[in-house]
Parts: sequence; structure tokens; C-alpha cells
Amino acid sequence: MLREEILYEAADLKDVIHDPSVARLVINKDKVISSNLVEGIEINTESIKDGVRVRLVVKEGKIIIKPVHLCFGVTAENAVQNIEIDAEIEKGASISLLAHCVFPVAKDVLHKMDAKIRLREKARYSYFERHIHSDSGGVKVIPRTRVILEKEAKFKTEFELVKGRVGLIDMDIESECGSDSIIEMTARINGTEDDRIIIRETGYLNGSNSKGVLTSRVAVRNNASAEIFNKLIAAGDHSRGHVDCKEIIKDNGKASAVPIVEVRNATAHITHEASIGSVDKKQLETLMSRGLDEDEATELIIQGLLN
Amino acid sequence: METLLKTENLTLSFNGKKILDNLNLTFKRSEIHAVVGPNGAGKSTFASTVMGLDGYRKFEGGIFYKGLSLKELGVYERAKLGITMGWQEPARFEGLKIRQFMKASSKDKKEDSIIEALSILGIDYREYADRIIDKSLSGGERKKFELASIVAMQPELVILDEPDSGIDVASLDNIFGAIRHLHDNGATVILITHSLEVLKNAQYAYLLCSGTLLDEGRVSKIRKYFEGKCLTCAHKNIPLFSELERYV
Ligand SMILES: Nc1ncnc2c1ncn2[C@@H]1O[C@H](COP(=O)(O)OP(=O)(O)OP(=O)(O)O)[C@@H](O)[C@H]1O
Ligand SMILES: [Mg+2]
Repeated sequence: MLREEILYEAADLKDVIHDPSVARLVINKDKVISSNLVEGIEINTESIKDGVRVRLVVKEGKIIIKPVHLCFGVTAENAVQNIEIDAEIEKGASISLLAHCVFPVAKDVLHKMDAKIRLREKARYSYFERHIHSDSGGVKVIPRTRVILEKEAKFKTEFELVKGRVGLIDMDIESECGSDSIIEMTARINGTEDDRIIIRETGYLNGSNSKGVLTSRVAVRNNASAEIFNKLIAAGDHSRGHVDCKEIIKDNGKASAVPIVEVRNATAHITHEASIGSVDKKQLETLMSRGLDEDEATELIIQGLLN
Repeated sequence: METLLKTENLTLSFNGKKILDNLNLTFKRSEIHAVVGPNGAGKSTFASTVMGLDGYRKFEGGIFYKGLSLKELGVYERAKLGITMGWQEPARFEGLKIRQFMKASSKDKKEDSIIEALSILGIDYREYADRIIDKSLSGGERKKFELASIVAMQPELVILDEPDSGIDVASLDNIFGAIRHLHDNGATVILITHSLEVLKNAQYAYLLCSGTLLDEGRVSKIRKYFEGKCLTCAHKNIPLFSELERYV
């Protein structure tokens, strides 16, 4: 199989790859191997050391109906991949991106991502990132994302790593919200063996009536560990926020959650909810009373949590 | 009729207080039984103890199922023997879909029998299959899904803790239909209830108060408990013998 085909198949991109109405950008290590643009989107790429810099612009008022597919892959066993993204969603424009990060045979792969995203007034940006890793645990994923939302912009991001081994994931995402803007940031990660998970999600609700929800769902088994740092700071008038962190641990898994919620304005309000520990007893016993053994019941509950 | 479940001097204490006090109860195979009594009488504790839930395993006396002691068996082992229960307050599951929950509970794992189990409770599978069993379902809905999952499991012994609580009048018939279905399929049913309507489904009933057995007999006898003042009387877990003596 050709390299790109390995990526397309692993990322479930086989159907979209020949569809001219779907925009896409496929990068293997430091080379753009395929791309397609649709009206309203501009993508420029440039080589950098061990990687690619991507500049993405969605033109004012343009609504990109079909999700844009991004694929960042490394088909080699050992490699470094640096991706820099600079995105600008112009006034009133809207885009949704499906990013697949595919490292199917990784033994020692470092994937670094540095993204700067600017959403102009009333712009919308939804980003779903799914990781497909090898089962060896030889992947290090270090994404850094900075987001600025202007008035009435909406930003939604979901990060999902529930298949294959995590290896090391150290993600850091920070958003600054203008008035009436909304952020939703979600991470779902399943750690096994000696995987290490570090999640930092920060939201600055600076604008009046800005809203933010930070959600993390993590399961750690065997000797895996997870550290979650959620920070939500409400300074804008009537800004509202919620931090929701759930971590299930099994075996020798270790998990910590460090939530920081700070309110700097008497009209603002933030709530916080966290639970860390073994599987909920009542859920477990309900499933066991229907004939599932403890492992089967635990798996089903974790599957639900990461759904 | 043969005895399916029997407790012998069953006693369970929390912090030195007897919550179940020397209970000798017998449940006959394929009959519908009821356990009634005021708040705090020990009814839910009895259900948890028979199911073997965590924290309810250290009882004195014995619980025998088909003559086999359940003492050393956990929830899973008891379920494998055909025992199950419906909670007074069913669990909420984050992210778990009705289709997954029903499949996990179902004995034969066939979609047809899952659809049938739900239809007995008046639920359309297609409408609800992808709904999640969390706070997005109402309390009454969760009760119905729980009972449907029990129907799909095809148990031999089922304890239903207040199966009618939070259930609207129209859905009550579905609950009774499910109880009848379980019974028709050979299950032994124990109904824990505060409702005379539910009690009427039973053939034999036990009246508990403060963890002790106060009375037992056919429904026509025990129903007097609902007509008397016992439920509304001021005492807290202290049986008013003078009141009860009127009926016994
Ligand atoms: N885990 C526990 N630790 C200490 N006390 C308990 C525990 N569980 C139940 N109890 C006490 O045991 C008594 C019986 O409780 P139980 O829930 O069995 O009552 P019930 O008959 O089901 O009442 P209701 O009709 O209100 O559901 C109550 O006084 C309760 O406070
Ligand atoms: Mg109770």
C-alpha cells in the first residue's frame, strides 16, 4: 500500500479523498501529500524544520458547509513532526474541521502542534481531533493552541484519543473570550499501560456575557497517569462558566485534577464539578446484577464515559 | 409449592443498630410476594442484602436460594444464579446508551427480545435506543428502563424496590404488565411497596417494622395495614402494637 493510502484508510478518509466538494489537507511527516480547496477557504503551506506551517483563512461571511478534513500522519516508525497552524476565521464565517492524527506504526514519534486561531466577530469554528495511534505507546503528542474570540464568536473543540496507546500526551489549550462569545473545550482520553496524560485547558471569560464550558473525561488503567489542569477565569460582566472533570481509575492508574476557578466580577458565575476515582458503585452493581462480571461492567461504564 | 428463597434469623447491623432483626421469611417459587412497612422499616436493606451489594454482605443468620447459602457469593455470582433487583432509585450512567444497557442486561442478546421487553413497558425502542441513561431521562423513565432491562434478563428471582415510585397513572399498567410478564415466565417476584395497588398484585405479603417481621399472610390480611393508621402514625420505627393488634 502507498503511504498516503495507509493514512487515508486509518483516518477513514477514503470516501472524501475523491470528493471535490470536500476541502482537505493531508500531511505525511513534513510533506503535503494531498490537498483540495473549496470556495471561501484559503490554505497556504510552507516547509519548516521537520514539518509544515499552515495558514488557513476562511473569508468573510463564508459558511463552509462540509467539514474540512485535515490529516497529520507519520507512516514511519521514528520521526519528529512539527505542525504550525495559523488560522483566521473572518467576520461571520463558519468552518468545521475534522483532524485525524494518524501514527499507525509509531515506535518513537514526536508530534508537535502549535496553533493560533483567531475568530473575528460572529465567526464560528468547530474542531474535532481524533487520534489513531499504534499499540506500542511510542507516540508523544504535544499540542499548544491559543484562541482569540471576538464579539459573538463561537469556538468548539473536541479532542479524542480512545483507540490505540496514548504514549505521552501533553496538551495545552487557552482561549480568550470577547463579549457574547462562547467556548466549549472537551477532551476524552483513554490511558493504559504506562501512558501519561496531561491536559491543560484554560478559558478567560473577559467579555461581557461570554460563556465557557471545559470538559474532560479520562480513564486510566494499568500504570497510566493523568493530570488535568482546568482553569476558568470570569472577568466579564455576567460571564458564565462551568468546569466538568471526570476521571475513572483502575488497577494502578493515577489521576489528579487541579481546577482553578476564579471570578473577578460580582455579576459573573462559575460552577465546578469533579469526580476522580474508581467506577461508581451503584452503576457497577446494577450491571453486575444483570449478569456482567466486574471487568465487563467496568469496561461498559468506561466506554460510556468516553462516548 | 417449593421454596425458592428463605432467610433464617437474618440479622444485619449498622453501627450496632439492627436494621434487619432476626428475619425468617420464605418465598415460594413462581409466586408474587410483597414486602411492606413504614419508611425506614428495612425493606430496601433487605433487597440489598439478598442481592449481596457492597456493605450488605456481613449479615448474621442465613440466606438460602434453592437451598444454597448465598453468604459467600457476590452480586455477579448471585445474578448468574438468576437473582436480580430493581433499585428504588435507579443508577444514572454517563454516556451509556439505552441500546448498550439493554444489550448488556439481555439474556439472549437478541434485538427482538430487547424490543419486546421495552414494548411491555410501553417504550418504542427506535425512539429511545440512542438516548443516554443519565439525568436527561426523568426518574419515572429510568424506572421503566430498569424494569425493561430486568424483563430482558429473564431472571428467576427479582426484587423490585418500589416499582411504582415516580410512575404516572397511565404507565402503572405497563409496570403491572411487566410484573405479570415476569411471573408468567416463571419468575418469583418480590415487590417492595407503599402502594395498595401494587400489593394487590401479590399472593403473599410480609409486613416489616424496625427491621422485624410484624405480620405475614395473604394480601387480604396484610392490606389492612394500609387501611389503618400505621403509615401516618407519629412513631419513628417503633411499632404501635396496640394499633396492629386490631388487625392480627
Ligand atoms: N448504609 C447504612 N448505614 C446506616 N444506616 C442505614 C444504612 N442503610 C440504611 N440504614 C438505615 O436503616 C433503616 C432502614 O433503611 P431502608 O432504606 O432499608 O428502609 P426502607 O424500609 O426501604 O424505607 P423507605 O420506605 O423509606 O424506602 C433506616 O433507618 C436507615 O436510615
Ligand atoms: Mg426503601
